[in-house]
Amino acid sequence: MNDTSTIDIDRSVGDFSYPEQHEFDAGYGLSRKTVEYISQVKGEPDWIRDFRLRALDVFERKPMPTSWASRDLNAIEFEKIRYYLAHGQKAKRSWEEVPEDVKRTFERLGIPEQERKFLAGVEAQFDSEAVYSNIKKAVGDQGVIFVGSTEGLIKHPEIFRKWFGKVIPTGDNKFSALNSAVFSGGSFIYVPPGVKVKHPLQAYFRINAENFGQFERTLIIADEGSEVMYMEGCTAPKFETATLHSAVVELVAMKGAKIQYVTVQNWSANVFNLVTKRAVAHEEAEVKWIDCNIGSRLTMKYPGVVLKGRKARGEVISIALAGDGQHQDTGAKMIHAADETTSNIVSKSISVGEGRASYRGLVHVPKHLKGCRNNTECDALLINSKSRTDTYPAITVRGSGNAVQHEASVSQISAEQIFYMQQRGLTEGQAMSLSVNGFVNDLVRQFPMEYSVELKRLIDMEMEGSVG
Amino acid sequence: MSATILEEKACCTSAGPCSSEAPDWIASARAEAWRLYDSLPNPARTDEAWRFATLSGLLSPQECLHAGPALSKESGEELVRRSRGVERVAGRMVFGNDRLLARSGQELARLGVIWLPLLEAARQHPDLVQSHLLKTPAALGSAKFAALHLSQLKAGTFLYVPRGVEVDLPLETHHWLESGACFPHTLVVAEEGSRVTLMDYFQSVDRNGKGLACGVNDLVLAPGASVTHVSVQEWGRNVTGFHIGSAALSRGARSASLQVHLGGRRMRSESISRLCGEGARSDMLSVSVADGTQEYDQRTLQVHEARNTSSDLLYKNSLDDTARTVFAGLIRVEPGAHQTDAYQKVRNLLLSGEAEANSAPGLEIEADDVRCSHGATTGEVDAAELFYLLSRGIPRQEAYKLIVHGFLEEVLERLARPDLTARLSERVYAKFDAKAGSAR
Repeated sequence: MNDTSTIDIDRSVGDFSYPEQHEFDAGYGLSRKTVEYISQVKGEPDWIRDFRLRALDVFERKPMPTSWASRDLNAIEFEKIRYYLAHGQKAKRSWEEVPEDVKRTFERLGIPEQERKFLAGVEAQFDSEAVYSNIKKAVGDQGVIFVGSTEGLIKHPEIFRKWFGKVIPTGDNKFSALNSAVFSGGSFIYVPPGVKVKHPLQAYFRINAENFGQFERTLIIADEGSEVMYMEGCTAPKFETATLHSAVVELVAMKGAKIQYVTVQNWSANVFNLVTKRAVAHEEAEVKWIDCNIGSRLTMKYPGVVLKGRKARGEVISIALAGDGQHQDTGAKMIHAADETTSNIVSKSISVGEGRASYRGLVHVPKHLKGCRNNTECDALLINSKSRTDTYPAITVRGSGNAVQHEASVSQISAEQIFYMQQRGLTEGQAMSLSVNGFVNDLVRQFPMEYSVELKRLIDMEMEGSVG
Repeated sequence: MSATILEEKACCTSAGPCSSEAPDWIASARAEAWRLYDSLPNPARTDEAWRFATLSGLLSPQECLHAGPALSKESGEELVRRSRGVERVAGRMVFGNDRLLARSGQELARLGVIWLPLLEAARQHPDLVQSHLLKTPAALGSAKFAALHLSQLKAGTFLYVPRGVEVDLPLETHHWLESGACFPHTLVVAEEGSRVTLMDYFQSVDRNGKGLACGVNDLVLAPGASVTHVSVQEWGRNVTGFHIGSAALSRGARSASLQVHLGGRRMRSESISRLCGEGARSDMLSVSVADGTQEYDQRTLQVHEARNTSSDLLYKNSLDDTARTVFAGLIRVEPGAHQTDAYQKVRNLLLSGEAEANSAPGLEIEADDVRCSHGATTGEVDAAELFYLLSRGIPRQEAYKLIVHGFLEEVLERLARPDLTARLSERVYAKFDAKAGSAR
């Protein structure tokens, strides 16, 4: 506000790395050989190898989406990236078996501790492959499957193949094609009919190596009437060179199922985070994306829900924080494809210093549908005079009988509010952080308790440094 | 889209710029614009600026650039009689197939006001016209069509209001299209502290007339000037229209522009407001009544370049049958344009199960001390409102009409000119009544 100096949050938690000792390395650059190498070391069936090779063609054919997206994408040097780095392909079931340095990494990030405290299952991915994957026995006994994507496709082909690549086809965009060609890691989850997984399942994605690309692939299927919450976190050390993270996440909520997918993205500021996330919600199913983007250099992510069955509901709750050198280009897509489907999008962004936050949204209600409702709210807060925010929604409604509303506002922290709080004895920094917390508070409360405390703390810390 | 221009004697006989008599600088601008038109690509599916728009048949062969023939004396006189706007005007000009048919308001010259057909103004006041003609580039996707317009420039009005002069009664221009293509131009230059209102009416001789209309209107406002501009688009039901408008506002200037879209087969309209001086304010208003297979495609840009400026946009569409509308607007706040107050709202009322409304309201903000917001809603007639009217014994058709009237009237009233609002209401509602008379 008064101060133009950079306000930055504490990203140091994830900013450390250990020397690399990879047994499997696909080398630099991307070619048919890279793809064949990945497929071979993973011991995949032919149909997956062919799927990957077809995807590579699509990736190479598709232009960069710079006609509408940031030109910063052109800074990605695909030939200087390593596409597969792993210690081995099989995740360990206990932390004792995980190599010492990798274990230390996750201990520093607090993963084993959280697992003991409140999680139903954890998968920890280190560069290309999961090093640890475990599910609480009681949950596994209910028939819940929680494994890596490779294990999923090899051991459960009858479920995996039915949905894999169906929610997000290879050719959806350039980066979904890239992921389809070189994907590795990520989770495969299947929740049987009627099973309600009480505690969240968590995946933690860690990039350790420089010049690396992480391409995890997650597929979650919640069968009829089941419920599941999945949380993902991610960090990487800050390298001088660009790192690429390009995931594909597909969710399928069968009749009456509920899926909540929570992301707290805190990549270091050299990461290009280009992620495609989409869900299909069948009759009376509910899918809720809770998405918080704090880190990365450029994030492009628009979680979507295809509302395929009657009375399905989709929701996206999004918080983005863009500091110096960051562009958070986030949003949501809601495709209504059945009667009486409802969707809700709430997005709040904060731009600090020279940071840029963009909202991009798509709401589509095709012909001959009745009783569809969408509500979209986007609020942006600008902290410094060089901060930037954009809003680009696109709404198509065909036919009466549906109601869609979109609202967006941009504001700054009111000087009067800050003055009032300072009068009451708060420092300017405390007052700012209170204001910012107030701005996002209603959304932060939707995160699981452990995350919401953490988010509040991050914002507090950030604002402490903002004025002096 | 390399189209052919065929016209009788005075004008072009082959594809190329208009060759009707004009000062040299206009002739060379036309030629250059024609080359530009020819070299620019057609809008493509991947162009963000043409997202949602139906591109096929944007310019179908029968709408090639045949300028229509001069009208007979009788039909010209008939059109002048039919050119009715408000009762009392300060001046009026009537064009048919891009040729001047009648004009009044010469006495305005005593106030120093210049109110002339564009080419005549270009001859009499070359420096003045040249320094303001087409100075705001068509930045919203229609650069090709702006070039086409300039290459065929010959009809239209030039209005210059000197410092401190306030013209109370509105001025009016009527453009009639009988056949072929027309390229109406409106240029308003309002000097410091002046005030003026201009109404542009666009009509086809025949309600089902066809052809191409490609018009431009630019408003240039000096400090403290105030300009109200209304355009009423009632082209024939088979006309393809392009309209590219801009307002450039200096310190403390105020502009209000209202578009009313009733006619045409397809209409692409682009409007830019540039707030270049502190304290400037621009109101951008639009009412569209789309039915049948009509498509209205509106693109807007509110650029805040100076501090303490405000803009307020309200566009309302009522859609029936299989009509389509597109609204894509952007509020852009440039770095340093603090204390900006900008608003943008589009509301769509769907009256049928087949109509389609697309909305893409956008914001790009690069200053922090601002108040910017936008909203977009799409819905149907409120069931409770309808029930209330029905329970009062009002027939369903009448009830619908009342609700839609109420919905649109809000925009017309924003002009704060009851005299104009009443006249515009009549025209808007005439479209509903004509439709009700024929069907429903």
